[in-house]
Amino acid sequence: MPDAPGLELIAESINEVRDGTVVETSFEHDRAALIVDPEGVTDALRWLRETEGQSYTFLSSLHAADYLPATPRFAVHYELLCRDRVERIRVKALLDDPAAGNGSDALPELPSCVELFPTAEFQEREAYDFFGIVFRGHPDLRRILMPEDYVGWPQRRDFPIGGEPVLYTHNEVEAPRWFE
Amino acid sequence: MEIERRSLGSLEQPKNAEEFRAKQLKARDMLLGDLEGRDLEQYVEERVMTTTLERALNWGRANSLFPMTFGLACCAIEMISMVTARYDISRFGSEAFRASPRQADMIILSGRVATKMAPVVRRVYDQMLEPRWVIAMGACSSSGGMFANYAVVQGADKFMPVDVHIPGCPPRAESLLHGFNKLQRLVQGRPDLGWRQRYNAIGTEEWARGETKPTPEALERAAKAVENA
Repeated sequence: MPDAPGLELIAESINEVRDGTVVETSFEHDRAALIVDPEGVTDALRWLRETEGQSYTFLSSLHAADYLPATPRFAVHYELLCRDRVERIRVKALLDDPAAGNGSDALPELPSCVELFPTAEFQEREAYDFFGIVFRGHPDLRRILMPEDYVGWPQRRDFPIGGEPVLYTHNEVEAPRWFE
Repeated sequence: MEIERRSLGSLEQPKNAEEFRAKQLKARDMLLGDLEGRDLEQYVEERVMTTTLERALNWGRANSLFPMTFGLACCAIEMISMVTARYDISRFGSEAFRASPRQADMIILSGRVATKMAPVVRRVYDQMLEPRWVIAMGACSSSGGMFANYAVVQGADKFMPVDVHIPGCPPRAESLLHGFNKLQRLVQGRPDLGWRQRYNAIGTEEWARGETKPTPEALERAAKAVENA
């Protein structure tokens, strides 16, 4: 785990490669996180993977999150692990919702990192399946868990939970004599 | 002409050694061909049971229900333990789990049915040969259970007919056996009405809230159900 100054050094070095990539750093509960511009996420990941002395070569998880009603609404989290030093670092790409306020069905986009980490292929498909986040350059971006003809992004916070109301004795009044 | 109706034989067991010996001698005479007339009729009536073909067939079906080898989720563990020596479904002639739907008579939906799994379950059911029966085991396959969300079908009877629903999460193997016995009654054309009917206890229901007694219409309906059984 890089400490807080180490994290600042990493952020500066990445910004030297591509200016404006790291927007912010966060060091809370002994966890280091880089908040990056979604367009520069591959640059940040490549630097962390290939730079001498860093070598975060293992992507242990890639997942999406929905922070509604906050803006930017979506985030994609990349959990990186350096297996030599057993150090972890987290990269977060914050994404605006292009459909916010205009009622369109546009989806948030960011570049895919399958070229860097082949393990991301299925995980990016999962993020697409549940949150509708499009990974540009993904070799085969389609649903992975839901049926292929499914409509909607079920893990978004504004997605209806579904199911059916259950009749208990406390809401019996709404459906009198249901037991007959 | 007057017709006299009387019972010739009875299935009573011999009470003492003499009666037993008399029965033995009669059986020997029968084999020798010496039994005639009323004695012969009595002998036959004591030993032959008459029934309809349908009843005999259903009796056979109910006691050799082959389940489908098909587990959906955690309930499948209880379904498996129902087969083991501790609970032993083979007592009821149903231990032969078939790996092909063509050979199965019954499918136990043991677990939640996801929307993606529902077409698969339906296809397996369609591939089974008639007559076929379905047990929805546990809360999930009966009603969706705790999974009230987009991914799980809210009750398997949304897309296929279900004969017996077994409550529980998961039901114990005993409950599953009990449900299976209910299904056997169903197959034999004698669906149970529940213990209140059998013990003549209609009207003793207690409700958590609201009225303490069922309406007269409900009582009437229950009485009719008993008559029709």
